[in-house]
Amino acid sequence: MLGKTANGLFWMYRYLERAENTARLIEAGQRIALTRLEARDEEWVSVLQSAGVLGAFQAENETITKEAAIDWLLRSRANTSSVLSCVEAARQNARMVRTALTGEVWEAINATYMRTRSALARKVSERELPKVLGAIRQHTALVRGMTHGTMLRNEIYDFARIGTFLERADNTARILDVKYYVLLPTASAVGTSLDNVQWETILRSVSARGGFRMAYGAGAGPAEITEFLILDKRMPRSLAFCVDKLHCNLRYLHKGKRKPLPSLRQVDQLERMYLVHDIGAVFEFGLHEFIQQMLTQLAGIARQIEIDFRFYE
Amino acid sequence: MSETQYFDEMWGHDETLRQPYRQFHDWLHRENPADLRAKQREAEELFRLTGITFNVYGRTEAEERLIPFDIIPRIISAPEWTKLSRGIEQRVRAINAFLHDIYHRQEIIRAGRIPKEMISRNEAFLPHMIGVEPPGGIYTHIVGIDLVRTGPGDFYVLEDNARTPSGVSYMLENRETMLQMFPELFSQNRVQPVQNYPTDLCRSLAACAPPAAGSQPVVAVLTPGIYNSAYFEHAFLADQMGVELVEGHDLRVVDGRVAMRTTQGYQPVDVLYRRVDDDFLDPMNFNPDSQLGVPGIMDVYRAGGITIANAPGTGIADDKAIYSYMPEIVEFYTGERPLLENVPTWRCSDPDDLAHVLENLGDLVVKEVHGSGGYGMLIGPTATKAEIAGFRKKLKARPGNYIAQPTLSLSTVPIFSRQGLAPRHVDLRPFVLVSPEGIRVTPGGLTRVALKKGSLVVNSSQGGGTKDTWVLGD
Repeated sequence: MLGKTANGLFWMYRYLERAENTARLIEAGQRIALTRLEARDEEWVSVLQSAGVLGAFQAENETITKEAAIDWLLRSRANTSSVLSCVEAARQNARMVRTALTGEVWEAINATYMRTRSALARKVSERELPKVLGAIRQHTALVRGMTHGTMLRNEIYDFARIGTFLERADNTARILDVKYYVLLPTASAVGTSLDNVQWETILRSVSARGGFRMAYGAGAGPAEITEFLILDKRMPRSLAFCVDKLHCNLRYLHKGKRKPLPSLRQVDQLERMYLVHDIGAVFEFGLHEFIQQMLTQLAGIARQIEIDFRFYE
Repeated sequence: MSETQYFDEMWGHDETLRQPYRQFHDWLHRENPADLRAKQREAEELFRLTGITFNVYGRTEAEERLIPFDIIPRIISAPEWTKLSRGIEQRVRAINAFLHDIYHRQEIIRAGRIPKEMISRNEAFLPHMIGVEPPGGIYTHIVGIDLVRTGPGDFYVLEDNARTPSGVSYMLENRETMLQMFPELFSQNRVQPVQNYPTDLCRSLAACAPPAAGSQPVVAVLTPGIYNSAYFEHAFLADQMGVELVEGHDLRVVDGRVAMRTTQGYQPVDVLYRRVDDDFLDPMNFNPDSQLGVPGIMDVYRAGGITIANAPGTGIADDKAIYSYMPEIVEFYTGERPLLENVPTWRCSDPDDLAHVLENLGDLVVKEVHGSGGYGMLIGPTATKAEIAGFRKKLKARPGNYIAQPTLSLSTVPIFSRQGLAPRHVDLRPFVLVSPEGIRVTPGGLTRVALKKGSLVVNSSQGGGTKDTWVLGD
């Protein structure tokens, strides 16, 4: 397999995952804005922050309004992480690696691109927003489903998965990074459980409100949320889950190799150092420091994968 | 009943339904036009979804365009095709022999059949190829012969494409689309299949592997990249053959072989089906600014380390100035009369021819010798006075740059227009594969159709569309 193709697959699925995550962040932000009287425009600051685009937004906009934030996240071409930019980049990469994809996957990503482009050709009104966001999530899910259902389990699939889970881990870690303070034991208001707008935002941002309640019950609080998002392997967006998948797919790529490549060693180390303890140890280490470390390590692994598999040279 | 000026392939000259179209016409007659219109839209949707688009030169990625597809097939009978394919085979054999001769002993020049300066002063002649023996002795592995028709048995070769002919993906996708939309048509008519083309192509390429290759030759397709107008086709062919699609920066010369950068290191390539022009192939040997090629590939090629398909320098055979000598070329190398005719051509480099051309500009088609894609040409009968005057100046300034041909009465095939069936002019590009195992002409080809009423320009860059092309079984 060409190094260029591995690179294209990795980024195609990263961008696809990012498009979906950004759509989900907008959905969560909008939901909170509409249902919580105490929610204010500052809430959009943390949404932009979680999407990693606050700095770029502020460089272009003087004040933060809901409308401007949503437009920036959804369809700004100046924002390389906007849903539109991501879908375009995913499709561009898909064209580059067309020969590695099944016809079904290609058609799914192409349809995603065509629909997204037409849906985001103009500013999206508040009334249309739920439908547009829903369609984007459905289309990206279709690509994932076609990938799952029609692609051979070979190195092509491994690079697609590695891109997906690196991006997803990064996204979950960023959400935690922005909101970590509301999860600290000192910040918890006794007995409020999910009746905290911040906690709800976090869970909605990873589509996990229902799942969390099912797994931990209605009385659970911030410590459980933290555990759920970091260590719970049942949760498909938790750091432990994503890193585990990353680890597996990297191991498959090593079949037949005598010596592990540095990227595999790094993931191995990350998993053993950070993701095998209980949540108490995480708080003891310092939640903020922990998340910062995760983000740095994930970025390092992504860089190492590029080198190990000759993406560029 | 009136005689029509143009030969229509469905209705002949006199509105009598021609034999090959009989079955199809029965079907068409039973169909509801509204349903067909819906099918036409459905076809477009299919093309868009599968991404069968081309990029228009000089535009951004946002402008991927569809080539319009018309649902009325162009139908050729078995005897018509047998005659055509024999002629094509003969011509392709001659082209390969000509290329070998031109880069070796140049017997044809010694015999005085082609003037020396036609070769020595031709930009398409590649001195790097002198004395080079390409693997399997094949120069042009993939050829597209452009044909036009003016009557029941009157076919002419308009152009030979011996460098990197494109369009074969449309031949295949047009058929797929028809199969999907109108399966019953293929039960009612015995249409010769085209779907083996990718397998044949892969086999044909592998059969031309260089001495350095192992028993399982590694084939790859070289593309200029995703912004190239034919990128879809490059990806499509690589995908269908199950081989890698590479760009210049994926390749480098390692230990005397051209190798591609894989996730496991560099792996040698044996046969490179390149869709990059000669000029950009090797910055060390040709255009030093090329980002699209592989530095040093020509040296590997000359040493027998790789097969480049088509070979560099094949442009000398499809140059428009050489075209006018094709009848002589066919006779010289095959010892036979050409089975396919050339369109009569005036070489403006010749003073007598030039005088004739200047006198009759209003009736002629004038083409640039090195032009392509329907650009830079004059169609006398439809040109304005100013355009003709402009061309007159150009012709006088650089006569050697031009050839002229009579305006042919190109045959028509009906398209399904908003007002129902309407005749439009067509041409045909059959695709030919050449290897030491033999020459194979895929039954059918790409039919291009000028969608504008009366227009003779079928190029997709200028409003042309395509049709599925059927060759019926015996």
